[in-house]
Amino acid sequence: MSEVLVERGAVAGPIVAPRELLPYAIFAGVLLSLLVYFVGAEEGAASLVGGSAVHEFVHDARHLLGFPCH
Amino acid sequence: MVRSLLIRGMLVGLLAGLLAFAFAFVFGEPQVQAAIDFEQLLAAKAGDPAEAELVSRGVQRTVGLLTGTVALGVALGGLFALVFAYAYGRIGVVGARPTAAVMALVAFATITLVPFTKYPASPPTVGDPATIDRRTLLAFAMIAITALALVAAVRVRAHVAPRLGTWNATLIAGGVFVALIAVAQLILPAVHETPPGFPADVLYRFRLASLGVNATLWLAIGLGFGAAAARLLSPAHAQGCATVLHGQDSL
Ligand SMILES: [Zn+2]
Repeated sequence: MSEVLVERGAVAGPIVAPRELLPYAIFAGVLLSLLVYFVGAEEGAASLVGGSAVHEFVHDARHLLGFPCH
Repeated sequence: MVRSLLIRGMLVGLLAGLLAFAFAFVFGEPQVQAAIDFEQLLAAKAGDPAEAELVSRGVQRTVGLLTGTVALGVALGGLFALVFAYAYGRIGVVGARPTAAVMALVAFATITLVPFTKYPASPPTVGDPATIDRRTLLAFAMIAITALALVAAVRVRAHVAPRLGTWNATLIAGGVFVALIAVAQLILPAVHETPPGFPADVLYRFRLASLGVNATLWLAIGLGFGAAAARLLSPAHAQGCATVLHGQDSL
């Protein structure tokens, strides 16, 4: 691909090898995705913890961030 | 390296969440309240008893909104950093700031803007609680389709660029993307759940505010993370990393 945007003095090639990234991608990736789930979908389409306290608490954020809600 | 990027991503995400909160509080909350007022008006007309509040409106529009935007900011900032770690040096732009800016633009378009043209964000009252499963599935399907259409367009571009040149290849890729999205949107079912009489201005302003909240979030993550990563990857630092990298893996 043509290199359209070039930052002066920056390293041109990859900086992280896939095998270095993998453990982080798995652990942090799962935890952070879980966080997205709690803000966006808990007690909406699915439910991990009982009750609707999480949903009610972040309710306005859920609507304004564009997640489907009631 | 990944650890440093991840920490910076989450911190930038936290700041982005604060900015998104400010935007949401100023431009979004009045519309949310107007929607809830309409809902209560409908309930009063129908003679329904007022619903018991589990969390008060005062908490929902302040601490609740703040928690939601900041939590999502931290999560998206961290995920952004992980993707950045892989994308850097592999997407055809050179440098931390251009890489992060392009990534944020793509994320905003793929996750928010394009899916929004089919399933826009809706305020309370607009949307039937009984169809939440279906609407959630459709919304995520639209995001996935957008991502796949983008991948297809990028592949087409790379494929035809040697013969037709970068400009024409980009135009063709754009056409492929628009065509795929158009077909998907024609096939996917429509969601019409706005109750009769719901104020159109409130709906319009809410949706505009929602776009603004997401734009604020991605703009702050893209520019903020780009700046933070550029400092981390300054030549002296980057040289050390490159040496380490080439020592353990041939790229
Ligand atoms: Zn709701």
